[in-house]
Amino acid sequence: MQIEILGVGCPKCKQLTANAEAAVKELNIQAEIGKVTDIDKITEYGVMMTPALAVDGMVVSAGKVLSKDEIKKIISK
Amino acid sequence: MGECMCQEVGVLIFPCSGGSDVGELSDRVARKMAKCGQAKMFCLAGIGAYVTGMIESAKAANKIIAIDGCQVLCSKKILEHAGFSPISFNLKDLGFEKGKTQVNDENIERAATKISGGKVEEIANRNSGGCCGN
Repeated sequence: MQIEILGVGCPKCKQLTANAEAAVKELNIQAEIGKVTDIDKITEYGVMMTPALAVDGMVVSAGKVLSKDEIKKIISK
Repeated sequence: MGECMCQEVGVLIFPCSGGSDVGELSDRVARKMAKCGQAKMFCLAGIGAYVTGMIESAKAANKIIAIDGCQVLCSKKILEHAGFSPISFNLKDLGFEKGKTQVNDENIERAATKISGGKVEEIANRNSGGCCGN
């Protein structure tokens, strides 16, 4: 599983990254967490609001900091 | 770190931007309102194509406005199909007839005033300093 955090690196992006890392750890699954910080690349996803979360190339959230539990629900599907 | 994109999205506006005179008027009105800071213009095509990044970004909006040129209401229907409940404006209801409307500064101003003077007023006042007058 490929998880990407889309955002230029503000505190909200960092918090979302931390929550995603915690979610992956708790679920004990194999997942690669990457960061997309380039605005051009972020907009290629159609994202206009950050932070955003993409799972296997699909944006599942934008403009909010999902909690660890919310991320766990999404990546457990 | 580059320019942050995490500020509040506020009001998003989606014109139908159709091929007719009133479709063009919807587009020009939306651009004027965006320029004036009353709303942010967004891409209806991206919603229709179900680009997940655009769908999720639109979910972060406080309010979503659809401006349609005619009673077919394409913008409203596309947004509803994607799960949104837009505030809908039909230019026909505002006095602009398909095939009989000139797309000029006067009509753009009239339509924008009717929209921002109606249901949008409270939202616009809350989210911007009002119209720039251009």
